[in-house]
Amino acid sequence: MKRALFSNIWLPVALLLPQLVIIAVFFYWPAGYAVQSSFYLQDPFGFGSTFVGTGNYESLFRNNEYLKIANFTLWFTVIVTFFSLAIALILAVKADRVIRGAKTYRTLLMWVYAVAPPVAGFIAVIMFNQSWGPLTEFFALFGYRFQVGVNFNDTAFAMILTSIWKQVPVNFIFFLSGLQSIPRSVREAALIDNRSASGRFWTVTFPLLAPTGFFLLIINITYALFDTFGIVDTVVKGEPGNNPMTLVYKVYVDGFRGNDLGGSSAQSVVLMALVLALTFVQFRLVERRIHYT
Amino acid sequence: MKRLILSAATGLTLMSSAAVAQTEITLWHAMGGALGESVNALAEGFNASQSDYVITPVFKGTYEETLTAGIAAFRAGEQPNIIQVFDAGAATVIAAQGATVPVQDLMEANGVNFDIEDYISGVRYFYADSDGKMIGMPFNSSSPIMYYNVQALEAAGVTPPVTWEEFQDVTAPALVEAGYIPLAQSHLPWIFTENFHSRHNLPFATNNNGYDGLDTEILVNNPAIRAHFTALRDWQERGFFEWYGTGWGDNQTPFEEGKVAIWLGSSGSFGGLSQLDLPFDFSAGFLPYWEAVTTSPTQSFIGGASLFAMAGKSDAENAATAAFFDYLASPEVQYVWHRDTGYVPITNAAYELAKAEGHYERFPAAEVGIQQLSLPSGENTRGYRMGFYVQIRDVMNREYGRILTGETSVEDAFNTIETEANELLARFAQTQG
Repeated sequence: MKRALFSNIWLPVALLLPQLVIIAVFFYWPAGYAVQSSFYLQDPFGFGSTFVGTGNYESLFRNNEYLKIANFTLWFTVIVTFFSLAIALILAVKADRVIRGAKTYRTLLMWVYAVAPPVAGFIAVIMFNQSWGPLTEFFALFGYRFQVGVNFNDTAFAMILTSIWKQVPVNFIFFLSGLQSIPRSVREAALIDNRSASGRFWTVTFPLLAPTGFFLLIINITYALFDTFGIVDTVVKGEPGNNPMTLVYKVYVDGFRGNDLGGSSAQSVVLMALVLALTFVQFRLVERRIHYT
Repeated sequence: MKRLILSAATGLTLMSSAAVAQTEITLWHAMGGALGESVNALAEGFNASQSDYVITPVFKGTYEETLTAGIAAFRAGEQPNIIQVFDAGAATVIAAQGATVPVQDLMEANGVNFDIEDYISGVRYFYADSDGKMIGMPFNSSSPIMYYNVQALEAAGVTPPVTWEEFQDVTAPALVEAGYIPLAQSHLPWIFTENFHSRHNLPFATNNNGYDGLDTEILVNNPAIRAHFTALRDWQERGFFEWYGTGWGDNQTPFEEGKVAIWLGSSGSFGGLSQLDLPFDFSAGFLPYWEAVTTSPTQSFIGGASLFAMAGKSDAENAATAAFFDYLASPEVQYVWHRDTGYVPITNAAYELAKAEGHYERFPAAEVGIQQLSLPSGENTRGYRMGFYVQIRDVMNREYGRILTGETSVEDAFNTIETEANELLARFAQTQG
């Protein structure tokens, strides 16, 4: 392995400094502040505060609702991640074979990528409008009264569907480029060895796609946990009521709607620990088994 | 040419010196759409009425977002002069003494005539401290009232219900017969909880509904309200009542479409409803009450929001704020605000002016809100003050939703609300330590 050496220590430091400052100001400082706040109950205006030790954490894990929301978030993440990846993979494999009109087909699949999460949520609100939403009317054809905002499961379904719809294009782009980077010679060799298309897929293509797939798995879990915030917020119209919500939305509801800074900080710290654990899994357990070159 | 330049320069100097002499203040509010335009008109009216002060209104999103933005700005020392805070957020801002200047002190310090008795009785003490000193200036004040579809009630051959017993036994069955969904409402915590207690003069919390201390406990788990929600669930099953979720608009739309005959909303909804091209005539009446609970129903709480003067501003700016509040409370300004938006006039003088102008002869429904706020008061009708109340409302919305979707029973729901609300209240008390 080649190694570049700097004769002067200050040059690399100077080059790294802007990045380090950004990380310190926008990540370490707020994170440290969140950890500190999580041990206090604080007047929102900053006048009074009481040190409560681990009180905020204890009341969090004693609270049945919080555990229910955590449970929902888990299922939400598993379902959104699985279907976003699976659908994107099928589409990418099919798109990879298309020769005529390939560009149009790909563009059509990708454009949803440009839709911002709140806009995606708003589209869901329109599609599932209780009075005249096209999808509500579609379900009514089968005699089912679909009520987003009233029925917990219906609302969850709308959130999950929208989140998957929004994420498939991202995965599609990555899977497609992953497929196209598999050398032609390998594919041809596989074609000679195995006549079954699905057999070739599972024994050759799929393992070669693993690095892309694994990278996407992490990206998608993060997406389902955090980036779906905008969709959740729009679908519940800012008033969660009896509707499902995810953990990150709960942080917002308690902190920014309810002004409970201590409780909300404790929830942020829990999420931070979750992300740390995820990163640990990524680097220590899985990355070792996957070969990128 | 030279002369022209000179005179232009003089003009500019004059203009800039005028601008220097004017004190500029800002108002952060949560009034979107048509209401926002009314706020802008109000500010323009104030700016045109005198030459010493200029107010700039800034729309900051929902009530919750406006309060959070104000808190963040206060902590950064960038707070506006005036912030609009809604009923449920009042406890947060009033508990933080030092964040605001009580409106009564502000007016007196600046030599503005102020008498709390000028304000209509339902409005007077909601945003006051336990000694009755007004802290926040009532602004957009509303009350939950009953709107009804006139043709629907005629078709069913019934009159607007006065009591819930009448609704249950007479009105609702006839409306169902006539092909209507009898009842919908837009805010369960506000209409069927807070104002349920006020209308029946039931205590809503200990410590005089929370005004007298921080160690408050909620009294929401009582037989009267449990019976009300049991009835709601029963009505829902019999087709007398329909619930369309927590969102305000989702419940108002079916009324506007003519499917729902009676809708409980805000007196502040009047302006919006009258601008719509509805396929029917609408009118309004008082929020019904249970005769089984009381035979002498009382007034409702004031809803909506009030304006708070934030602390840490110069005397000159505070003088401007006081002048704006004075302008706002003047009968003419209040009347225009009341007429355009449907919010109730906050002073007796403004109410008299609206009567004299014949506003209620033209629109009888516009008077219902203020009449309901002027009903006899009781020891429990002044208002309520509870910390973390936004979260308490979230808990209520969640549990009520579960009652109405059959996920939980009325008993379990109210036990949960009581437990979680009291935990939140205890936590709020600790934030003030």
